[in-house]
Amino acid sequence: MNRSIPFSATLLALAMASPSLWAADSAQLQQLQQEIAAMRKDYETQLKALEARLKQAEASLASQAAPASQTAVAQAAPPAAPTDALATSTSSSGAASRTTGKGFNPDIALVLSGTYSSFSKDPTQYRIPGFLTGGEIGPGVQGFSLGESELTFSATVDPWFYGSMSVALAADNSASVEEAFIQTTSLPAGIGLKAGRFLASVGYQNDKHAHTWDFINAPLAYQVFLGGALAQDGLQLKAVLPTDQFIELGGGIGAAGEYPSGTGNRKKPGTGTLFAHTGGDVGASNSWRAGASMVWAKAYDRPFEDIDSAGNPVNSVFTGNSRLAILDGVWKWSPNGNSTRTSLTLQGEYFRRIESGSLVYDESGQALADSFRSAQSGWYAQAVYKFLPDWRVGLRYDRLDIGNVNASSNTANLYLPAYSPNRTTLMVDWSPSEFSRVRLQLAQDRARYGLTDNQIMIQYQMSLGSHGAHSF
Amino acid sequence: MKKILQLAAAWLLVLGAQSAQADLKVLACEPEWGALVKELAGDKASVYVATTGLQDPHHIEARPSLVAAARNTQLLVCTGAELEIGWLPVLIRQSGNTAIQPGRPGNFEAAAFVRKLEVPARLDRGDGDVHAAGNPHIQTDPRNIALVAEPLARRLAELDPANASVYQARSADFLARWKAAIQRWDKEAAPLRGVPVVVQHKAFPYLQQWLGMVEVAVLEPKPGVEPTSAHLSAVLAGLQAKPAKMILRAAYNDGRGAEWLADRTKLPVVVLPFTVGGNEQAKDLFSLFDDTVQRLLKGLR
Repeated sequence: MNRSIPFSATLLALAMASPSLWAADSAQLQQLQQEIAAMRKDYETQLKALEARLKQAEASLASQAAPASQTAVAQAAPPAAPTDALATSTSSSGAASRTTGKGFNPDIALVLSGTYSSFSKDPTQYRIPGFLTGGEIGPGVQGFSLGESELTFSATVDPWFYGSMSVALAADNSASVEEAFIQTTSLPAGIGLKAGRFLASVGYQNDKHAHTWDFINAPLAYQVFLGGALAQDGLQLKAVLPTDQFIELGGGIGAAGEYPSGTGNRKKPGTGTLFAHTGGDVGASNSWRAGASMVWAKAYDRPFEDIDSAGNPVNSVFTGNSRLAILDGVWKWSPNGNSTRTSLTLQGEYFRRIESGSLVYDESGQALADSFRSAQSGWYAQAVYKFLPDWRVGLRYDRLDIGNVNASSNTANLYLPAYSPNRTTLMVDWSPSEFSRVRLQLAQDRARYGLTDNQIMIQYQMSLGSHGAHSF
Repeated sequence: MKKILQLAAAWLLVLGAQSAQADLKVLACEPEWGALVKELAGDKASVYVATTGLQDPHHIEARPSLVAAARNTQLLVCTGAELEIGWLPVLIRQSGNTAIQPGRPGNFEAAAFVRKLEVPARLDRGDGDVHAAGNPHIQTDPRNIALVAEPLARRLAELDPANASVYQARSADFLARWKAAIQRWDKEAAPLRGVPVVVQHKAFPYLQQWLGMVEVAVLEPKPGVEPTSAHLSAVLAGLQAKPAKMILRAAYNDGRGAEWLADRTKLPVVVLPFTVGGNEQAKDLFSLFDDTVQRLLKGLR
């Protein structure tokens, strides 16, 4: 088609422009005229076909942008458009521009984090007395570390599933799969099911990644009761009720393994959770969320390190049941709900745990076994105030209560000072954009009996790649 | 076990009763779309608006109240073009609402029906908070509202076929009144053609294109970055060579940068409502543009 236009046009021009042809054989002329007529006819039909195809294409584009009706395109054109090419473009830009530009690749979000820490007391000797601890305990390592750098891949799998995986670097330079889960997006009645490894939605801070925390390290209560955070390898079901007030109920089961369960028996679930959250607004400026959660754990040969009366480390194991209750609350204020310049966040959680079973003291040595029962608690409260668009300041107070520990004949062996471990933390951070943050944190850590650890930490956190949306 | 079954049955009954309810439940991300749904649906839809005119739509907390609203809605009407990327995806995921997942009929993106301006040629966060799909603040041009109204009315009819004729009639009526109003605004705003303006955030390219105003400077050094004193000084110096007539900012913007410049240049600061509810006068879509045009004209005097 493209090539035939200039060709026939040339012929046409030739025919009209040469008088010598006119004078030539009339039969030849007639033949030429016929040829031209045929060509014109052919040309017209081809043009018509092209026009029809164009119309068809326009219609199908319009129907993509507006599946319900094609005739409506004419109406959709702007009612009064004195000067514009803009307004006539309704259909053409419609369907094409709807994606967010990631193709079929998963969203990739990389968090680069680095911390410089200086502690006045040796962090390798860090211990919180009176608690059978496990998991991530302590303030971290001295000096520079890449702690909490994290790489996350996530995407919608298909119309039915969403998937996400996060790999994190810990302060000790080890990499671990923090989360790797799939989640349903198509179950009715507000139900969502997660499978894989995930941070359980218990408490307030538990299911939040470290780079979204307001302080560099986890509250002491999270450290002693959940080993930093409870991650489950298993299933979690969550449902938002069809009420005007936000009510979310859920629960999960996870394999035995990580603290607070133990590694002994993987046949039975090691942890179980139940949680309920509710929340709402008070005027345009305030919003809140509160919740209650339970965590059950079966501990099989769960190890912990204690010190004996001479101060030497002793390894012991606990086998039994662990029940943890958490109450959490958060209140956020900002003028008219616009938190770009000013905001205040109050957050607090209370933990109470009862464990009962048996304890083998100094497992590899004397191996003294007897029954064990403890009822212990802890809490933290924090306030974070944004006083300029880029600047925030925060204060946190942690406190633990050793409570009642009855280890029968082993009670005398355990290190149980009459003491409430506590910590006060102050932070100030600067975020020139929502993708970068530099933070200074000062703490007086009195977790160890008779020792005050003055801690200075400086941290940067940079977020690269896809734009992560943060939960409340 | 029996009790659990009874509970489940009761729950299903409650759900059934809810879906039998007459009103179409709509969650609008921004007030302008809430107002548009009200124009198109009247009392056939109950509208919950997620944000107010005094909030920055880029930065909204995925609050529990919004999760509950997203859980219960049948139709989500948002700007799209990544304006709500910091909070809407998590809201949709936490709500567990199948109907409003991206790509479903219950998820309506207004910006998909409008030709976007300022589509970045390159994507680099070094350029600030840029949106890959182009500038998302489409609602400042009334012709865009008209472009969105028609497909939105069709979407309402698709989700609520029983009232399809109502949406069609109301849509035709609205577009007729809107067309007349645009003609009136065009006439009133004629003196604004070619007027040079300073803007706080790149929030008004559609308004500028509609009224023919010329943006000569931006107070934010990069999109989404608060004005710095160094950048403000540079803007001040630049205005010597390219003078402007007024400084524009949206009601939700912090006013300090604009006031600083106004003090030194004696330029008027025009605080535009930006959306319905941005000020007391902007009660609905019509009064939003009435007030916008009046404020701009007042800035010219």
